[in-house]
Amino acid sequence: MIRIKKHLAEHWVPPLIGIALFLFLWSLLAQGGGALPGPLKTWDSAVVLFSDPFYQKTPNDQGIGWNILYSLGRVGIGFGLAALIGIPLGFMIGRFGFLDKMTSPIVSMLRPVSPLAWLPIGLLVFKAADPAAIWVIFISSIWPMIINTAMGVRQLPQDYLNVARVLNLSEWKIFTKILFPATLPYMLTGIRLAIGTAWLVIVAAEMLTGGVGIGFWVWDEWNNLNVEHIIIAIFVVGIIGLLLEMMLVQIAKRFSY
Amino acid sequence: MKKYVQIENVQMSFETKQGTFVALKDIDLKIDPGEFITLIGHSGCGKSTLLNLIAGLLMPTDGIMLCADREIAGPGPDRGVVFQNHSLLPWLTCFENVHLAVERVFGNTESKAQLAQRTQEALALVHLSHAEHKYPHEISGGMKQRVGIARALSMQPKVLLMDEPFGALDALTRAHLQDELMKIVAATKSTVVMVTHDVDEAVLLSDRIVMMTNGPAATIGEILTVDLPKPRNRLALANDAHYHSLRGAVLEFLYQKQAKKAA
Ligand SMILES: Nc1ncnc2c1ncn2[C@@H]1O[C@H](COP(=O)(O)OP(=O)(O)OP(=O)(O)O)[C@@H](O)[C@H]1O
Ligand SMILES: [Mg+2]
Repeated sequence: MIRIKKHLAEHWVPPLIGIALFLFLWSLLAQGGGALPGPLKTWDSAVVLFSDPFYQKTPNDQGIGWNILYSLGRVGIGFGLAALIGIPLGFMIGRFGFLDKMTSPIVSMLRPVSPLAWLPIGLLVFKAADPAAIWVIFISSIWPMIINTAMGVRQLPQDYLNVARVLNLSEWKIFTKILFPATLPYMLTGIRLAIGTAWLVIVAAEMLTGGVGIGFWVWDEWNNLNVEHIIIAIFVVGIIGLLLEMMLVQIAKRFSY
Repeated sequence: MKKYVQIENVQMSFETKQGTFVALKDIDLKIDPGEFITLIGHSGCGKSTLLNLIAGLLMPTDGIMLCADREIAGPGPDRGVVFQNHSLLPWLTCFENVHLAVERVFGNTESKAQLAQRTQEALALVHLSHAEHKYPHEISGGMKQRVGIARALSMQPKVLLMDEPFGALDALTRAHLQDELMKIVAATKSTVVMVTHDVDEAVLLSDRIVMMTNGPAATIGEILTVDLPKPRNRLALANDAHYHSLRGAVLEFLYQKQAKKAA
């Protein structure tokens, strides 16, 4: 009984106090006049919004559920393509010093570039908004995957390589039994960082490209001056980002030795 | 009798930032089949280096190294290695760790069932059948070391190379594993080269103790033949005068002839 109380006190009370304080400050700010709607008003609006998340009136007027799914879809495709190219590339860069030295100046130069700077190139090459947005996701999530995978390969303990040499394993066995499992935790870190950035970037990219998606929805609601919806969108983006992160942490736990 | 491992005039130097570092020089050693050799010497004298040379993990800068009359050009399944820190792959179970070695050596000639049986036999040899589906982090340090030994033995190597295999273990576990090793070696008639820093272990197990001088440019100082009859019993030896004189000879070499300069 005392244990349960202690658990409650340690794990639930502080976050609840934090949330309560946050809501209090929010309503205080909203009270002070201006256009900012308070928590209650936003909540009411959210209830209405989520009562019919999947309506489709016009191509530009669809339910919040569709907007979320479209955004997730873009992130999924862009991120998936980045994984498909970035992870094998990371393995090769980590394994072959020559390739590492060859690519390192390019990677270090391009990595700090804001992902949105790539949008015009995407528009130019693909001549359409949707592939351009996917392109931006691709480019923003490929760096952490290349860099972390390569780091994992480089950090491979000499002991494991000695085992491989003493047992005289084939390149394929070295890859499947040693290189890949040893690198997996690093790879998952790269994936986690990549998904985080991708989700961060998609909102901004969609604001610029338009179409169905949570980013464009925010922009649209701004044009409609529907501030409750903008606040709801911020929460939605935050919560989905948190869920993605938690999912990947869970997967990473499964593969830590 | 034909010599099995032959090391002639071997020199080993490493290129370091401070220039060339000669670790070993003028190493001459011939090992008979079935012989149990221990390498003993102060820390940093080059014991691991010599073992890694025989394993083929390092290439000598000079000299000749032969195993069964063939030049040692790299690691091979005829030489099983037990690493100082066990070096099991943490994402594989004990069974899978051993199976990896078995598969490599016998995979082309034997059926899946035979490979699995070999793996089980190797684990049974070190009394670990009950732990075959456990992961390395789920077993004790002594058990890990035994899996490492099982992995090396499973390849049925002609030579077993061990780098301080019991170094990190407590005295009880160590004694237990030494006894098992003696039985296994007697049964398999393996040739063994083992690095140790434990004088009692060296005398108990060896046919010959190779004592190395201090580095840099370490070499073989003396070779002591241990002519105690086998099988040996640690309790009986405790009161054996000859055992004590052999032990004394090793101690004298280490702490008088090669006394470490006070650091
Ligand atoms: N790759 C290397 N590069 C440079 N120097 C090395 C290298 N490997 C070993 N040495 C040096 O060679 C010498 C012998 O090293 P080695 O590891 O063989 O010693 P050891 O006798 O096994 O010591 P210990 O009992 O502490 O394990 C040491 O002085 C070490 O610094
Ligand atoms: Mg050593």
